[in-house]
Amino acid sequence: MLFFIEVTLSGLMAGVMYSLVALGFVLIFKASGIFNFAQGVMALFAALTLVGFMDEFGMPVWLAIIGTIAVMIALAWVIERVMLRHLVNQEPIILFMATIGLAYVLEGLGDILWGSDVKVLDIGIPQGAWDWLWDQGIYVEKLELFAAATAAILVIFLAIFFQKTRTGRALRAVADDHQAALSVGISLHTIWVIVWSVSGIVALVAGIMWGSKSGVQFSLSLIALKALPVLILGGFTSVPGAIIGGMIIGVGEKLAEVYLGPFVGGAIENWFAYMLALAFLLFRPQGLFGERIIERV
Amino acid sequence: MKSITKTLVAALLAVPLLGGTVSAYELTIPTLDYRTGPYAPNGIPFANGYSDYLTMLNERDGGINGAKIKLAPCETAYNTKRGVECYESTKGQGESGALVFQPLSTGITYQLIPKSSVDRIPIFSMGYGRTSAANGKIFPWVFNFPATYWSQATVFVQYIADQEGGMDKLKGKKIALVYHNSAYGKEPIRTLESAAAKFGFELMLLPVDHPGQEQKATWLQVRKERPDWVLMWGWGVMNQVAIKEAASIRFPMNRFIGVWWSGSENDVLPAGDKADGYLSGAFHQPGDNFPAHDDIKKYVYDQGKGKGERDRIGEVLYNRGLVAAMWTSEAIRKAMEIHGTNKIKGVHLRDGFEALDVDEARLTELGLPNFTIPVKISCENHEGPGKVALQQWDAKAKKWSLVSKFYEPLRDITGPLIAADSAQYAKENNVVPRICG
Repeated sequence: MLFFIEVTLSGLMAGVMYSLVALGFVLIFKASGIFNFAQGVMALFAALTLVGFMDEFGMPVWLAIIGTIAVMIALAWVIERVMLRHLVNQEPIILFMATIGLAYVLEGLGDILWGSDVKVLDIGIPQGAWDWLWDQGIYVEKLELFAAATAAILVIFLAIFFQKTRTGRALRAVADDHQAALSVGISLHTIWVIVWSVSGIVALVAGIMWGSKSGVQFSLSLIALKALPVLILGGFTSVPGAIIGGMIIGVGEKLAEVYLGPFVGGAIENWFAYMLALAFLLFRPQGLFGERIIERV
Repeated sequence: MKSITKTLVAALLAVPLLGGTVSAYELTIPTLDYRTGPYAPNGIPFANGYSDYLTMLNERDGGINGAKIKLAPCETAYNTKRGVECYESTKGQGESGALVFQPLSTGITYQLIPKSSVDRIPIFSMGYGRTSAANGKIFPWVFNFPATYWSQATVFVQYIADQEGGMDKLKGKKIALVYHNSAYGKEPIRTLESAAAKFGFELMLLPVDHPGQEQKATWLQVRKERPDWVLMWGWGVMNQVAIKEAASIRFPMNRFIGVWWSGSENDVLPAGDKADGYLSGAFHQPGDNFPAHDDIKKYVYDQGKGKGERDRIGEVLYNRGLVAAMWTSEAIRKAMEIHGTNKIKGVHLRDGFEALDVDEARLTELGLPNFTIPVKISCENHEGPGKVALQQWDAKAKKWSLVSKFYEPLRDITGPLIAADSAQYAKENNVVPRICG
């Protein structure tokens, strides 16, 4: 029984790590309808920049984080100026293709600026087993607990931002209807810069957590693959969906790997996550918390 | 007047001859590098070591027996399809054509094996690729010395037995294999299954899907089953995550052994002090305290021709690239000796590989005393010595050092497996085994 609890807890924690990546997708999709293929690479780029500031320029952690946030905001501005501005009113697939190009550009830029080596990221996040629970016979990773707490704070922050601030309300207006938002004087360009900046900051958080876990390296960009089943399950437009979806996927894949894996040769957690998400889709095509789209013909 | 005319004529005749025989012929060696993509942290140091050593031969000795080496780099990004494209685009380069390919990927090696016999270009898959290619009668164009994954697996079993107090003490022990869920990662399974049947230990198989960024479920199973030892066949980010996860569940690092592709500085540094004591297979020394390294610094880096950073010379994977280049250049030298010319091609180089004999005396001459094991290749044996040692990570000093002797592989286990697998390949591909000697 203890082992079952341990697997479930670890699944929840791992799921929150996936949610951190999924959140970035949700923010951009919610405000602009763009599926940002580059979200994983943005997490990598942010983590590379953070480590670069710390290692190459000797910056203290707090200054390096502020510097990286500034870089991500600048990046959002450049993306809007160079890419999005010219693609207004284009088909979603065109915008999606553009983000694929963006992913390659960012990956190459990260390589040129900071190199391809594995970089150790240590900003003081506790790591290893939580001693108290360990003594009770349960293993929970401190880094993942920290990530869960961070995700909770992030969701609260995002909820306040979207619900209570003027900019947040503008973001929601754009998400609901571009034309209507424009007609009341909301600048689409400004909104896009804001939403890509926020998404960049979320990418930094995801990059820090995953980078602390495995070192900052180019395979970090592949964490986006872990976010996809979360998005399918939680819905592309729901912040709580990203969190709940992440936890369901995390628990589901861990239980499957541990209890079903040995009967089918193991290594099933990757595809099981997608299976689980697809099974949910049979009942709720818009995802758990996604908006139901009704189109009349 | 007559003598002056004679001298002038002789001089005029000599100019093209000298130019043609000494400097024009170049030895083309393609380098299938991966300096980009998720596996770049491992690909870069190997590529640097390989290129730097060959550049050093050009700069210090003017190449090999008067023929300069021409490197033909091609980026594979550790992608099999791109690796095959690189092979096709570089195989015909230069007057010599490609002399040898070092694919640096088991997937690419598998694709190139049938091509190599058609194009008559040797494949040197040093310690990776298809293990049964050790059988030179079936795989005349493939060389996988100095040891194969199967030999390495039997060495790990012997090392474990030594730590436990003898081969008989393996009975009842539990050994887990955490492996990359790919052709490469699955390589040691059959060998370990045979060893488990022979010595009575229990083998637990734990596959990890590419890329291996998330392994919690795997290590929870390790925590639950509590194996006595864990072996790992990993690559790239899988290694770093596995070492950190093992540390998190407080699995003793001195009972955790990685394949030689899971034992570089990149793999252990992210885990910090917790990686202290972690073990991995090795067939050469780490470090840059050898005369050959001094020559690389003097003739390559001081001239601004180095491929990487000077302070990273001597890292494990750098030295692996270096040792691959050393054996390749020695095979070229041998081929020139056999055929009496420096204008060799791939077809000649195969003879050089099959007659390769780099003993300790030669290693010392090359500025690499005790750097690696003596290697002797023959027509039938393309694996060579098959010996493997273990190296251990000292987290405080941040360096690897060899901590065991070089073990002989258990040939009574690997021999029948190699024979069976190569015979199967011959049957499936209508290969008639050649007669050696």
